[in-house]
Amino acid sequence: MSALSERPAEPVVGRAVPHESAALHVTGQALYTDDLVGRTKDVLHAWPRQVMHAHARVTALRTEPAYAVPGVVRVLTAADVPGVNDAGVKHDEPLFPDEVMFYGHAVCWVLGETLEAARLGAEAIEVEVEPLPALVTVREAIAAGSFQGGQPHLERGDVEAGLAGAAHVFSGELEFAGQEHFYLETHCSLAHVDENGQVFVQSSTQHPSETQEIVAHVLGLTNSEVTVQCLRMGGGFGGKEMQPHGFAAIAALGATLTGRPVRLRLNRSQDMTMSGKRHGFHARWRVGFDESGCLQALDATLTSDGGWSLDLSEPVLARALCHVDNAYWIPNVRVNGRIAKTNKTSQTAFRGFGGPQGMLVIEDILGRCAPLLGVDAAELRRRNFYTAGGTTPYGQPVRHPERLATIWQKVLDASDFAARTSEIEAYNATHPHTKRGLAVTPVKFGISFNLTAFNQGGALVHVYKDGSVLINHGGTEMGQGLHTKMLQVAATTLGVPLHRVRLAPTRTDKVPNTSATAASSGADLNGAAVKNACEQIRGRLAQVAAERLGISPADVRFADGAVHGIAFASDRLAWEEVVKAAYFQRVQLWAAGFYRTEGLHWDSSRMRGEPFKYFAYGAAAAEVEVDGFTGAYRTRRVDIVHDVGDSLSPLVDLGQIEGGFVQGAGWLTLEDLRWEEREGPHHGRLATQAASTYKLPSFSEMPEVFNVTLLPNATEEGAVYGSKAVGEPPLMLAFSVREAIRQAAAAFGPPGLSVDLASPATPEAVYWAIEQARRSTEHGHVDEGAPGVLPDQPAADAPPMVPFSERVQRMMTRT
Amino acid sequence: MTEELQEITLTVNGRRHVLAVQPRRLLVDVLRDDLGLPGTHIGCEHGVCGTCTVLLDDASVRACITLAVQADGRSVRTVEGLADGMRLHPLQEEFWDKQGLQCGYCTPGMLMRAVEILEQVPDPTPDQVREGIASNLCRCTGYQYIVEAVLAAAPRMRSENPWDPTVPTEAKA
Ligand code: FES
Ligand code: FES
Repeated sequence: MSALSERPAEPVVGRAVPHESAALHVTGQALYTDDLVGRTKDVLHAWPRQVMHAHARVTALRTEPAYAVPGVVRVLTAADVPGVNDAGVKHDEPLFPDEVMFYGHAVCWVLGETLEAARLGAEAIEVEVEPLPALVTVREAIAAGSFQGGQPHLERGDVEAGLAGAAHVFSGELEFAGQEHFYLETHCSLAHVDENGQVFVQSSTQHPSETQEIVAHVLGLTNSEVTVQCLRMGGGFGGKEMQPHGFAAIAALGATLTGRPVRLRLNRSQDMTMSGKRHGFHARWRVGFDESGCLQALDATLTSDGGWSLDLSEPVLARALCHVDNAYWIPNVRVNGRIAKTNKTSQTAFRGFGGPQGMLVIEDILGRCAPLLGVDAAELRRRNFYTAGGTTPYGQPVRHPERLATIWQKVLDASDFAARTSEIEAYNATHPHTKRGLAVTPVKFGISFNLTAFNQGGALVHVYKDGSVLINHGGTEMGQGLHTKMLQVAATTLGVPLHRVRLAPTRTDKVPNTSATAASSGADLNGAAVKNACEQIRGRLAQVAAERLGISPADVRFADGAVHGIAFASDRLAWEEVVKAAYFQRVQLWAAGFYRTEGLHWDSSRMRGEPFKYFAYGAAAAEVEVDGFTGAYRTRRVDIVHDVGDSLSPLVDLGQIEGGFVQGAGWLTLEDLRWEEREGPHHGRLATQAASTYKLPSFSEMPEVFNVTLLPNATEEGAVYGSKAVGEPPLMLAFSVREAIRQAAAAFGPPGLSVDLASPATPEAVYWAIEQARRSTEHGHVDEGAPGVLPDQPAADAPPMVPFSERVQRMMTRT
Repeated sequence: MTEELQEITLTVNGRRHVLAVQPRRLLVDVLRDDLGLPGTHIGCEHGVCGTCTVLLDDASVRACITLAVQADGRSVRTVEGLADGMRLHPLQEEFWDKQGLQCGYCTPGMLMRAVEILEQVPDPTPDQVREGIASNLCRCTGYQYIVEAVLAAAPRMRSENPWDPTVPTEAKA
C-alpha cells in the first residue's frame, strides 16, 4: 500500500461527520458572497444592459441617457478597459462585445447607488443594432458548417473491418439537451480596491485562481495585484468554473474606476439567460455486434452545442470522447468530435464535464439495440463489460474491472432484480394502461483532469503555539463537503481531534496557482497537499517528541491529541506540550504542501495516453411506472452501489451520490431547456428562464424507495487515504431511470421492440415513445444493416485535433 | 424611485421594528438589507423554490413575492430566530446531525417550512413530510436526509416544548 493511501489506526477520515459549516447553515450565519454587502459601506450595484437579439452588430451605444437617471454613478463600456477586453483566455469572449452573440448578451454595465438606479440606468441606454443571421440549433450549425475549436478524433483498431465482420450492424441518430445548473445562489462578486490599488474580489467561483487571472488581464494588472476569495458557494456544479470570471472583472473594473466597492449579483433570469449551461449534443453512430451481442465496432460523430464562445467546450468534448465506451470493451472504435458554434449562451462545465454526454450515447445505443439483438438489456450490458487486461480506446489500461462485476452483482442482489423483473412482467401483462420497467446501468468514470498540468494541488497549514491548527487549501466549497474532508485529512495526519483544526476561506494569496475545484478531483489533489503539509510539520514535531520520549523519531506516533512511542508502555505527551516545546526550540510550525498526481500523460494531438489516475465505478437499478394516457411516470425504487474507495467521509459521500443521481435524473427526465427556434423577434430566446418553466427535481420526483450503499473494501492505491473522488460519477447512475422508462414505454407494444426516447424524457416525450410502441410497426429510428446512417467524417480542411485552448497555452509558454 | 415611503411595524423574531419602506419593496429585501438578516436567502425570485421561506404569523410565505407592507403589524420568523440563544431548535440539530444540507443555501427556507409542517402536524408520517417539503427545492441533496431530519425532530419537538420565538424577548424574561 502506498504511503498516500495508508491510514493510521483510528483515523479521523472515514468517520461519518456532518458538514463543517452545518452549524452556520442551520442558524443562517453562513455567509455567501452577497451577504457581505450588508457589511460593506458605500457599495455600488451593477446591472447589465442586455440586448435581446440572437445575433446582431452594435452600431451605436449611447450611454448619456443613463447618467440622467438619479443614482447612476458610472456606465462601464469597452472604452473603460485598461487591459484586455476578454472574459476568458482565448480571446473569443469579449467582456464588452460589439457584436451581440446570443439573446440577452450584455453589451455594457451600469453602476448605481441602488440596484434600482442601476436597472433604470441600464434601461435608459440607447443601443442600435443591425441584426445578423443567427444559428440557434445544433442541427442548423451542422448544416451551416458553423464550428469552433479543435476537432478531436479518437481511433483504435479498424472500424470498417469491425463493422464488416459484425453479425449485426445498426445505425442511428440521437440528439439530447443540455442542462441549466440552477445553483440556488446566482453568480455574485463583490470587489474592493485598497489604498495601494490592490484589488480584492470576493466571488462565488469554483476557480479563484482563474478569476484572479482574468480580473488581472482585464484591469491590466499583474496577478500579484489581485486577490480573489471565495467563502463558499450556494452550489456550483461546474457553472462557476469559468463563468464567474467576467462578472468578477466587471465588478473589479467598476471598483477601480469609482474607488467604491462594487457588487454584481445576477438575478435569476439574468443568470439563466446570460450564463453557460451543460452542452447538448448531437450524435450519429454505427455499431456492430457479434452473434452473442458483444460489441465489435463503434463509429460515431459527436457534435456538441458550444454556444457562442469556446469556453470549456474543448475539454468537455475530449472527456465526452473518452467516455463513449463507459464500462464496455469495444475493440474497434472511431469517434469524431466537433463543437458547433451557435447563438446561445456559452455552454460550459457541468458535473461530469462531457462524460455524461459521451456515456449517454453508448447507453442509448445499447438500450435501443438490445431488443433488436434479442438480448435482455441488463445482460447485454454485462456481457460487454471490461475484463482484466482491457484498455480504453485511448489506450489506458482499465484497472480493477472486477469491481464492475462485483458492483453489478451487488446491485442485482440488493434490488432483488430477477424476482422483480418477473413481477414486472406479470404486472405489465395485466395492466393495459400502466406499465413498469426495471433497468440497471453501470458507470465507469475517469478521475483527473484530462489536461495533465491541472492535476496539482496546494495547501498551507499553520500550527499555532497553543496547538490549534488552521488549514487553507486551493479547493473551494460549494456544498460538496470538500472542506469537511480536508479537516478530516489534517486531523488524521496530525493526530489531533477534529475540533482542533479550523479551515480558512479559499484565497489566492494563501495558495496560488490552484486548479479549478472541478473534475471531482478536489479531495484528491487538495487532500494530498494538505496531508503533505501536515506530514512536514509532523516530521519536525516527531524530532522534538523523540528527544523527550528518548526514542527514535521514526517510532513516534500522533493520535487523538497525544504524542507517544510505538511501544504500548510508552510515555504520552500532550500535542500542545510538543507544539510548545517545538516553538521554543525554534522549529517551524507551518508548512506549504504540494501534490502532483503521478503517472499521468495525455497527448491531445493523438487522443492517446493515460489521463486518469483511476476510474470510479458504480451501478444503479431503477424501477419506474409509466402512465399510458399521459406519459407521466414515477420512480418506484432505486438501488445504488457505488465505489468511493475507502470513504473519507461517508455522510458526505452518500449525500453526493444521492444528490448526483437526482441531478442526473433531472437532466435526463425533467429539465427541459427550450430556446425559441423560430425566426422572429424572439429568435434564440431562452423560453425556460425561470424555475416556473424550467422543471427541477423536487421531492415529488424522488424515488419512493431509495437505497444507496458504498462498495466495501475498496481501497484506492495512490489516492489520499485510499479514497476515490465522488463529485461527478454518481450523476451518471441516472441512466438507469431513462432506460427503465424506455423499457416501460416499450411494454405498451409487442415484445422485442426498439423504442426511441428523447432526452430529457419528459412526460410528453415518454408519451411519444409509448405511441411509437403502440404503433409497433417500426423499430424507432435504428437502421439495421450497412451502410445505414453514416456519421460525418472530418473534412480534409478540418481544424487540428489539439484544442485551441491548449495551443494558446503553448504559444504563451513559448513567448 | 420617488414613491412615498410607508411606515410599517414588523415584529421579527420577537423584536419590534418600525420601518419606512417603499410599498413596492419585497419582504426578503427588507429582511436582508434593512434589518441585517441575511439568513433568508434568495433563490428563484419567483415564488417557486422556497429558498426565501419565512413564517408570517405562523404560516410560511415566500418572502420574494411578499411585499413588506403586507407584513405590516404581523410577526415574522426567520432562521435567525429559530435557536433559543445558544440552544438550537431540534430541527436545526437534526439537519446538522443528519446531513440535511450540502451547500446550505436552501437550508433556512427548508427549516422554516419544516417548522410549519411540524407545528401543524406534530406527528407526521414520512409521506406527510415528503409532501410537505416538496414545496421547497434543493439542488444539492437528494432530499432523503432532509426528510430524515424532519422526522427525527418531530418527537423531540413534541417533548421538548421548544422555545417560542414569537413571544417578545422582554416578555420571556
Ligand atoms: S426565492 Fe422565493 S421562492 Fe424562490
Ligand atoms: S443544500 Fe444546496 S440547495 Fe440545498
